[in-house]
Amino acid sequence: MSASLSRAAAALLRWGRGAVGGGGGGGLPGVGVRAASSGGQAEQLDALVKKDKVVVFLKGTPEQPQCGFSNAVVQILRLHGVRDYAAYNVLDDPELRQGIKDYSNWPTIPQVYLNGEFVGGCDILLQMHQNGDLVEELKKLGIRSALIDEKNQDSK
Amino acid sequence: MLRAQLARCTVPMATRACASRDSAGSAAGGPVEAAIRAKLEQALSPEVLELRNESGGHAVPAGSETHFRVAVVSSRFEGMSPLQRHRLVHAALSEELAGPVHALAIQAKTPAQWRENPQLDTSPPCLGGSKKTRGTS
Repeated sequence: MSASLSRAAAALLRWGRGAVGGGGGGGLPGVGVRAASSGGQAEQLDALVKKDKVVVFLKGTPEQPQCGFSNAVVQILRLHGVRDYAAYNVLDDPELRQGIKDYSNWPTIPQVYLNGEFVGGCDILLQMHQNGDLVEELKKLGIRSALIDEKNQDSK
Repeated sequence: MLRAQLARCTVPMATRACASRDSAGSAAGGPVEAAIRAKLEQALSPEVLELRNESGGHAVPAGSETHFRVAVVSSRFEGMSPLQRHRLVHAALSEELAGPVHALAIQAKTPAQWRENPQLDTSPPCLGGSKKTRGTS
């Protein structure tokens, strides 16, 4: 993945910024609005985030996170029993690292996508975990959170 | 003590004298911190603004201003999703985020939400970042 993405992305970036598009929710005028995609990298990333129900961009891997915030995302998913998710290590690929920030118009890593839609970073995922929204969002994707069963056990 | 007072201060500060490090090793606020504070004040007129430079807990040189945690409390956030709120904060700090600021943990709350839990959380411990290599240079 990363080799062809790197070449395509590098070529596109030489033509200047503006190669972004799609994705992201909750846009406000002037915020989260991006120029029309000139194809290439944006399309590849669009396909990437839509390929799996749960997609995360991390520093490091789920087995070996290299950032406390990325680790928090991994741990939250683990708590909910989400095992089948796509994780991309931006430390492996500088073009991906910048490209995904352009794509989502979000300046930091980690980034979480649910059903192809950008949801937020570590803070937002933590908030969703704490207020029950994550259980609901996973349910919409047909993923039953492990915490539902835990909760039922507690209340018996 | 001074640091806590500065963290709670919501008066816009256009300029701030560069402070030397105190004995605990943490600066009373560098230029990046001052800029973050000023820009958020201007963009969001927050009721509460608590800002903490967390760079000391990461694999960066002493004196860095690269990792921050901010709690912004503003009635402007009413009716906005967390994503919208965070994007608003990012927009105000686009220059810093494109520049020296590498990590920004955000707590964006309405005044009512803040009253339920009025505290700046702590960030998870650093795991080395890109400095931590695994068999490759």
